[in-house]
Amino acid sequence: MFYKIEVREKSGISDGSTKLTTNLERSRRIDAVGASVKSDILDFGIKTVKDVRFMQVYTIEGELPEEQIKIICEELLTDRVCQDYSINPVIQKPKKDEFILEVAYNPGVMDPVEKSTLKGISDLGIEGAESVKTARKYIIKGRLSTAQLKTISEKLLYNKLIQHIVKPSASEHKVDEGSDYQFNLAVVDLIGATDDKLLELSKKGQLFLNLTEMRTIKKYFKSLGRNPTDCELETVAQTWSEHCSHKTFRGKIKYTEKIKLTKTKLINNLLKSTIMKVTKELNKPWCVSVFKDNSGVIRFDELNNICFKVETHNHPSALEPFGGANTGIGGVIRDPLGTGLGAKPILNTDVFCFGPPDYPLSKLPVGSLHPKRVMKGVVSGVRDYGNKMGIPTVNGAILFHEKFVGNPLVYCGTAGIMPKDKSFKKTSVGDLVVVVGGRTGRDGIHGATFSSGELTHESETISSGAVQIGDPIQEKKMVDTILQARDKCLYSAITDCGAGGLSSAVGEMGAELGVKVDLDKVPLKYRGLTYMEIWISESQERMVLSVAPDKIDALLAVFESENVEAAVIGEFTDTFRLELYYKNDLVCNLDMDFLHEGLPKIVKEALYVQIKHREPKIKCAKNLSPILSRLLSQYDICSKESVIRRYDHEVQGGSVLKPLVGINNDGPSDASIVKPILNSSKGVIVSNGINFRYGFIDPYWMAAACIDEALRQIICVGGSLKQVAILDNFCWGNPDKPDRLGTLVRAAYGCYDAAKGFGTPFISGKDSLYNEYSEHGKSMAIPGTLLISAISVMDETDKAVSMYAKEPGDLVYIVGETKEELGGSHYYDLFGAIGNNLPKVNVKKAKSIFEALSRASQKRLIRAMHDCSEGGLAVTLAEMAFSGGLGMEVFLSEVPYSGENRDDFVLFAESTSRFIVEVQKNKRFEFERAMKGLSFGLIGCVNSKRDLIIHGLDGKTCIKNDINKLKEIWKEPLRW
Amino acid sequence: MIKRPKVCVVRTAGTNCDKETAFAFSKVGASSELVHINNLVKGKVALTDYQILVFSGGFSYGDDIASGKIFANELKCKLSEALKKFIQDGKIIIGICNGFQILVKSGLLPGNKELSQEASLIINDSGKFEDRWVYLKKNGKCIWTKNLSEIIYLPVAHGEGKFIVKDRKTLQSLKINKQIVFQYCNEKGELIGYPDNPNGSVENIAGISDSTGRILGLMPHPERHVSSQQHPRWSSSGKKFAGEGLAIFSNGVEHIKKHF
Repeated sequence: MFYKIEVREKSGISDGSTKLTTNLERSRRIDAVGASVKSDILDFGIKTVKDVRFMQVYTIEGELPEEQIKIICEELLTDRVCQDYSINPVIQKPKKDEFILEVAYNPGVMDPVEKSTLKGISDLGIEGAESVKTARKYIIKGRLSTAQLKTISEKLLYNKLIQHIVKPSASEHKVDEGSDYQFNLAVVDLIGATDDKLLELSKKGQLFLNLTEMRTIKKYFKSLGRNPTDCELETVAQTWSEHCSHKTFRGKIKYTEKIKLTKTKLINNLLKSTIMKVTKELNKPWCVSVFKDNSGVIRFDELNNICFKVETHNHPSALEPFGGANTGIGGVIRDPLGTGLGAKPILNTDVFCFGPPDYPLSKLPVGSLHPKRVMKGVVSGVRDYGNKMGIPTVNGAILFHEKFVGNPLVYCGTAGIMPKDKSFKKTSVGDLVVVVGGRTGRDGIHGATFSSGELTHESETISSGAVQIGDPIQEKKMVDTILQARDKCLYSAITDCGAGGLSSAVGEMGAELGVKVDLDKVPLKYRGLTYMEIWISESQERMVLSVAPDKIDALLAVFESENVEAAVIGEFTDTFRLELYYKNDLVCNLDMDFLHEGLPKIVKEALYVQIKHREPKIKCAKNLSPILSRLLSQYDICSKESVIRRYDHEVQGGSVLKPLVGINNDGPSDASIVKPILNSSKGVIVSNGINFRYGFIDPYWMAAACIDEALRQIICVGGSLKQVAILDNFCWGNPDKPDRLGTLVRAAYGCYDAAKGFGTPFISGKDSLYNEYSEHGKSMAIPGTLLISAISVMDETDKAVSMYAKEPGDLVYIVGETKEELGGSHYYDLFGAIGNNLPKVNVKKAKSIFEALSRASQKRLIRAMHDCSEGGLAVTLAEMAFSGGLGMEVFLSEVPYSGENRDDFVLFAESTSRFIVEVQKNKRFEFERAMKGLSFGLIGCVNSKRDLIIHGLDGKTCIKNDINKLKEIWKEPLRW
Repeated sequence: MIKRPKVCVVRTAGTNCDKETAFAFSKVGASSELVHINNLVKGKVALTDYQILVFSGGFSYGDDIASGKIFANELKCKLSEALKKFIQDGKIIIGICNGFQILVKSGLLPGNKELSQEASLIINDSGKFEDRWVYLKKNGKCIWTKNLSEIIYLPVAHGEGKFIVKDRKTLQSLKINKQIVFQYCNEKGELIGYPDNPNGSVENIAGISDSTGRILGLMPHPERHVSSQQHPRWSSSGKKFAGEGLAIFSNGVEHIKKHF
């Protein structure tokens, strides 16, 4: 039997005699969901909408008498203080200018509310409820055209990849749970295939393998004298995918560079010759495990290590922003959890690149979602998962550019902490393979291979299986219990089921031994999955453990005690083979060596040609106040407060320096500091450096600038270079195109030189290539974007420094040299130009500056410090002043500067390695002594007035702005 | 007299402020344990062994259906006798954020004999989850707030914190019985609107107690302000001080020490 229950906010009670009652009623009557949908509709320019009402719909299936349904409604589904319900409501015809839209999940998509609702029903002592499905019903009032209604529903209320609009008929209630799967071994005719056929197989099967690779597989099976099963072919495709094997970074590249001269060289393994080379050469004793495990591990204190990983989830977020970001953060949390024997997540970071939120709807490529919708969805996805996991989201950045319209970037990072003696794993022959956490379904099939190809306007239909939504509570339960099992030493190895699912997790764990898996033992969400779907499904919230047989009972008991599912699905063997069975039928039998080492090394061509951009002809205005205002309101520079507040950045109680600081808690902190152990004085600092604009001119210097920025922010909050580890994260276009790969190679060399010079090793990284969006054959690449994430250990958190101006009378210094470096700056961007003279890091000088400043912080000589980055000096000064609620008067003539004498250049150049520092008067000489030998200038002081006054090189005022007005301009653009 | 009161921090799927809340209690001389609800339901752990019961922040069962609802339902269905005894014994309970939602939705707050729900915590007027610091004005009579400053500063982090009541009578009885313990205000103690009242709560209510003053529920997080470095502007002064939330925990612990 089916019962459909609608729950809605109570309508007003008509008493209203006193003011109090009216207020009470009003307070109860606000339908916050409806109101926010209404405001989103208005945002789309549909102004005729008058009102939106929201109802939650539950469909309960089971042999239940009506009295019991009533109990369920009253005790569980309805908040009787403010809600009403109706059971099996009569379908009413919409009134005039009223539209009813009911949005439900597609079959097979996990409904996150089902499990907990069933638990609630069973707690009530009611048996017999078999399934619960939820839907969201919207009643929209207003005069709307069919086209407008379509925009509202498709662009706002539902995503057809995971949801549909319910038709008002009873048959819709029937939930198809699928029928049993009838085993049928599928063999692919590869041996007999021609080259054309091989390519067709790759394309049709979404394998994303090229001809050489397909031929290699053909040759392998030919030597065995048999054809592969579908499962074998898929397994090879997944293992060899760009996503899993990083074949561009680890392969051979013929690199040609044309700057003034033309140079060509053959690079054998770009990763090892740049990123990993830094780490190897620096050989830091505090690097515990680098580039091996699911995240990079460094020492924290005598007893503990910390680890850090940043992942991307770009393609899924382009198609379904909420689900994509949701599972992106969910996935990266499992990286620390799958490192060593499992680390406890302590913080998240997130960095996004979107199209401009005011991008015209008419220019939107077919199949793309509007950037504003993407941004809202992504932020909600991170908020939902991060907050529910109880992990503070403490640092991030959001950047905007037209070129991200079809392909946004979503970087999610997680750091974790684990005991020193739990930092390594080992799988032994005879250990059992245990899968724990969520069940396996059809979701996320082909995610690994999907992310290794370009997005097209058809992606949303072809690759819809790659889109999922997460279940953070499932993951939370799993983390809670895994850490208990870890502390009881009940398993010897752990890894996450990420892209590639069991195929990648089990394949990796058994790579050195051999493994045998019974696919029919994997717990499933519903019936009907084929053996191959089970093997490659990317269902979220699963981990794989290696467990000694004598510990299995104790291990399963830990999971059972907190309602987490775990199942033994196989064992590790000494055969060096991957053997998969489905109910005793062998469905895959592959040589581990072929699987992991058989990938042919293809030589990819890379070409870097330095582009000359137009130099803008800008006259320096006498009054630069309007320019400062415009810069502060740029989407990249303006306040991200509304986003930051949606993340719980203080859970776990270890927040020392928050992402928002200042007199009104709304200033932009440079980096965040978190104490992972509450009664210790030690902290962890995290920061991010990213600026794709410099890459338009030269990716080498972009890389150096990103590293400088990430490290600068660590210095800003009182940290030091002593123990900083960094992560690289390359999001690039299609590496099979020489120009894309050329810029990638050049950026990798920038990484090597800068990181080596600063003495900061890379400990882990990630690349997401194929970030292109092709529409009707025309391909658009994203700007090659490098994210550098830094993590550092701070010995005494009470030496933390924040960025806002503290006290009138304090002195304001600039440390570091300003040069005529405006290429790629936001100032040029205001005039639609890029220019060529981009900031070039002088690593040696920068390092001396960083070290001198951190010594000064250690001696408590610094009251506030803020880094000069996007927008330059003027923006930095404004942020410090308005965040502290204090005025500032500054003289540009005191700024160490080389270049044409123009106020605008000094104010808006984005030269790297620069800091604005506030120092108390009585510490002046000590501070200046500490800065001896470096470029620095005493440029002004803090005052109790309300203006930011800047005197130009000629002494005349070139900027005079009220700090509160500046703050308002800065806060307004993204205040949603 | 009990030297180290025993604190039971109940957790379940989605509980996530349990450790720092236990840490806050330990800091003021209690012995805190994290106890999974399954162990209480199955009788593996007995509530009678504890004097302080804590429902901490988080998203119990994902806050599916409504915040705290499924956990509240579980308490009512599975543990109501044990809870009633705990309360009758004069022991004390605190619910923070999700814990407050659980106490309200299970009817333990404001509290009546039938444990029927008289108030609720619903979606913020802003429609958004928000993390921000708020000033709270102390009122009422509650064992948890003795020796607390008139105005304290704590963070909130929630999406469903708007306090509402069933009817006018409920509100009046909250007032008459001095059960309104905290109200959102500005620095000067004035009861004003958003963002000082971050969610649109009726009468700016941020926390209430039962009529005995022994059960406290509040949306803000006192465990996130138990040391100076958690204050958002601690670096301005650089001085060390106890966080303004710490006294709440010590009040609870001292009350037990005095009465048991």
